[in-house]
Amino acid sequence: MAEEKKIKNLKSFSTSADRFEGANLLCPGCAHSIIVREVLNATNDDLVISASTGCLEVCTAVYPYTSWDASWIHIGFENSATAVTGAEAMYKALKRKGRLFQPERTPKFVAFGGDGASYDIGFQWISGAFERGHDFMYVTLDNEVYANTGGQSSGSTPIGASTTTAPAGRVSYGEKRHKKDMMAIMAAHGAPYVAQVAPNKWKDMVKKIQTGFNTKGPVYINAMSACTTEWKFPASDTIAVSDIAVDSLVFPLYEIINGTELNITYRPKNIIPVRDYLGVQGRFKHLFQPENAHLIDAWQKRVDAHWAYLQKREEARV
Amino acid sequence: MAKETKGWNEFDAGAILFSFNKETTVSNLATTLPENRAYSQSNSYTASVADWRVEKPVFNRDFCIDCQFCWIYCPDMSIVSRNEKMVGVDYDHCKGCGICVDVCPTNPKSLLMFEEKKSENEALANWPKKESKKDKEAN
Ligand SMILES: Cc1ncc(C[n+]2csc(CCOP(=O)(O)OP(=O)(O)O)c2C)c(N)n1
Ligand code: SF4
Ligand code: SF4
Ligand code: SF4
Ligand SMILES: [Mg+2]
Repeated sequence: MAEEKKIKNLKSFSTSADRFEGANLLCPGCAHSIIVREVLNATNDDLVISASTGCLEVCTAVYPYTSWDASWIHIGFENSATAVTGAEAMYKALKRKGRLFQPERTPKFVAFGGDGASYDIGFQWISGAFERGHDFMYVTLDNEVYANTGGQSSGSTPIGASTTTAPAGRVSYGEKRHKKDMMAIMAAHGAPYVAQVAPNKWKDMVKKIQTGFNTKGPVYINAMSACTTEWKFPASDTIAVSDIAVDSLVFPLYEIINGTELNITYRPKNIIPVRDYLGVQGRFKHLFQPENAHLIDAWQKRVDAHWAYLQKREEARV
Repeated sequence: MAKETKGWNEFDAGAILFSFNKETTVSNLATTLPENRAYSQSNSYTASVADWRVEKPVFNRDFCIDCQFCWIYCPDMSIVSRNEKMVGVDYDHCKGCGICVDVCPTNPKSLLMFEEKKSENEALANWPKKESKKDKEAN
């Protein structure tokens, strides 16, 4: 294995040479891009990357342009996991046969998919890749909605969000179902490393990505991606909204090792009420009407209960 | 201008785009800065999204503490940092989102949004003074 990139602090990190390029067509203020930068810049090794259909893929591979300075493949919506693990299997076979062109190099295999691609449409392909035990990292860009096709609900959309398939209005408060617990599902595969990250907490995130790169076997990363367009907040506020998301514990930051050892990696000094998180996003605006007040209370209770659950699991090591 | 465009059936099934000119080699891309790369014309780096902007961030060296918050959180690789110092904004790739301004911690800020057509000199001449604690609370 090549030496791990040393990232002492943000100043030293800022000497990185990005392998993801501008003049892509992601919205101004898109968090997908901030996540991709932190993942790619976490290593100096070569990268073999795949992307599922979704905002990231559609906006960074617009013929005749590519925004990727790495080996990059796109096939379909559901199969970024399959595409990159196929490449990884080929790499291992060539290595075994002594036929690698540059045997001294240690490429990293990374798949990116949206929450739609990960929680729903590509799920069985991810599950299969984890079962087969490939040495790769799957990163979900979790913006809790099918953003690229105009904001339909996905298995990651939380209750109460207004989406184009579950719009809030006179008869409905929006999405009726709860967000799927993808972290628990992936940990239940017995994966050696599963982590939730947020790009605003760059140090925590880059550390987890490096841990993932150093782990043999399949690694799952659930990356919160605050979406200015679908969550409905100003483009300049992506980091501010992300800060509220982690400080309200709506997106707790933790990791699960070998399916059992859960570590909480960030404990907010001041926990912010969930109401403040909901209040900065247009998709939850209707929750502040008097008839929906009970939904905000239920949100807070649910977040509190999940935080208590994570702490219990951390303690029990099960 | 009548331009011949290809129909779906005339496109090749699948496409390979090279990010760099084929004849160039670098030993490690991850440590090669943009100025030392041979970008191909298929690399979006050679394109520009400058016309997306209504406002642009202007950088004022006088107040900058080189914390690099703007560098890490810029979604568009448009904060140019070299040798741990913030150098300026890449106006070909900046989309004018304003995140860099939002995260800049100095007082007054070292990055501020100005109308796209305002000149840098004019922007720098109109830079706000340090905000007192009282003003800050009033805002
Ligand atoms: C099999 C298949 N079904 C549907 C689509 C249409 N489609 C393209 S992108 C997209 C939404 C992607 O959502 P998500 O995976 O959450 O990524 P995001 O755009 O939110 O980043 C959909 C439904 C498709 N390309 N292929
Ligand atoms: S819709 Fe959301 S995820 Fe898609 S490019 Fe825009 S900000 Fe990014
Ligand atoms: S965020 Fe502000 S102070 Fe920090 S490096 Fe950027 S311009 Fe300078
Ligand atoms: S305005 Fe947005 S795109 Fe432009 S430099 Fe600042 S953070 Fe980057
Ligand atoms: Mg999505």
